Amino acid sequence: MSDAVAQKVLAAIAQMKKIPPDTITLDSSLEELRIDSLDGLNLFFDLEEAFDISIPDEAAKKMQSVRQIVEGLDQLIASKSTPDTMSASQD
Amino acid sequence: MPRCRVAITGFGVISALGRNSAEFWTAISQGIPGIGPIEVIDRAQLRFPNAAEVHGYRTEDHFAGERVSLLDRFAEFGMIATREAVRMSAIEWTSALRERTAVVTGSAMGGQTTEDVAFWDLYRLQRSRVNPLSVPRIMTNALASHISMECGITGPAFTLSTACSSANHAIGHAFWMVREGLVDLALTGGSEAPLSFGNLKAWEAMRVVSTDTCRPFSKNRSGMILGEGGGMLVLEPWDAARARGAEIYGEIIGFGMSSDAHHITSPSAEGAGRAVKAALADAGVPPEAIEYINAHGTGTMANDATETAVIRNVFGKHTDRLAVSSTKSMHGHALGAAGALEAIATLLSLRNEVLPPTANFTEPDPACDLDVIPNKPRAAACEYALSNSFAFGGLNAVLAFRRPAA
Repeated sequence: MSDAVAQKVLAAIAQMKKIPPDTITLDSSLEELRIDSLDGLNLFFDLEEAFDISIPDEAAKKMQSVRQIVEGLDQLIASKSTPDTMSASQD
Repeated sequence: MPRCRVAITGFGVISALGRNSAEFWTAISQGIPGIGPIEVIDRAQLRFPNAAEVHGYRTEDHFAGERVSLLDRFAEFGMIATREAVRMSAIEWTSALRERTAVVTGSAMGGQTTEDVAFWDLYRLQRSRVNPLSVPRIMTNALASHISMECGITGPAFTLSTACSSANHAIGHAFWMVREGLVDLALTGGSEAPLSFGNLKAWEAMRVVSTDTCRPFSKNRSGMILGEGGGMLVLEPWDAARARGAEIYGEIIGFGMSSDAHHITSPSAEGAGRAVKAALADAGVPPEAIEYINAHGTGTMANDATETAVIRNVFGKHTDRLAVSSTKSMHGHALGAAGALEAIATLLSLRNEVLPPTANFTEPDPACDLDVIPNKPRAAACEYALSNSFAFGGLNAVLAFRRPAA
């Protein structure tokens, strides 16, 4: 598990919930942290931006604790190949 | 003025299941979904590839002249449905009737496709101006206005926008206006065309759209599938319809609404349950009279489990004698048009004595322990049915229907 990723996740949660980072542990669940479905959407949105990745819905559903988020992000960062290009064609 | 019974004397629909009500019924009565790859925009940039789209739709097949440039796709769908409904009703317009006719439409997003194109021009293509008809195409009331102009209707016309409950709120208010004698006729329903790139990216960020298909009440359900289309009804006093020899296709007998005061996206069983009870009370029928419910049934984990709790709370032991299905499994979630498509599905189910199934159902879920008519239609002669709409924002609207009397 990447320490750098873990630190960023803890910081993102701390900022979102306005709580000290040292009150969050790797084993904290999102429920314990009172992160509801909308908070979760915002958290994943911020983490996608921070790590320049896309978190698929299926991966997001498995991220129910801080540890699961960090492990999930580690995998997504490792498998990152071509970043999203926003070059959709449209009439 | 005494209350009158309200007859449905015409209806029209365009959706992923076809361009008219006959094609719509053929599909839903056989359990054939209209869900497939999105073609109207480039789906390569989306996390989800599928929608219930009106494939191969061309404006010029339905509209000519200046209308072509005045109508957004959402208003076109509503106009096509209106034309079918009015044709079916065989209404003979007089200036007096036109003054006493209401138009009540529903749409969640209005002409957002036009908005998407306009903003693309500005932000992406660096153009300095947008199409001058953008505002009249975008406005959510555009459909009500175009119906009024095309049919020459000069009575009250307005649009309700309550996300996924829009059409049920619209139909319910039109029903009340006819029932209470405020108008002599109403054209009502809803339309939606949500398949623009910007809007689909917004839905993608909500993480409620399935990457697969819509499997309401199935344990392995993975979210909703967005749909598009329009549905419209002609409502008139029962006695007036009989007097002019009109065919009566169904009857609306009740309407109930409530708000959750709970959460902007998470549903509340308590709030939705109050809307169901209000519809039953307005209809003056006991819960035990209901035999079929066309569910909100979006196919998300939260909605379907909550809706099951709603039904169990309101109907108690009678729940096990109720048939419940989600036709969104076939026509997708058409947002502000959903209630209109489902009203037509419900009235045709009663009239034709066939209950449409919940398509794409693969795995029972203990949290959704209802008779959901999995995958295969069911022959059943029911007299009373409900159609549920529970919107984001906690706004609930439920309609009650009765089979037309013999």
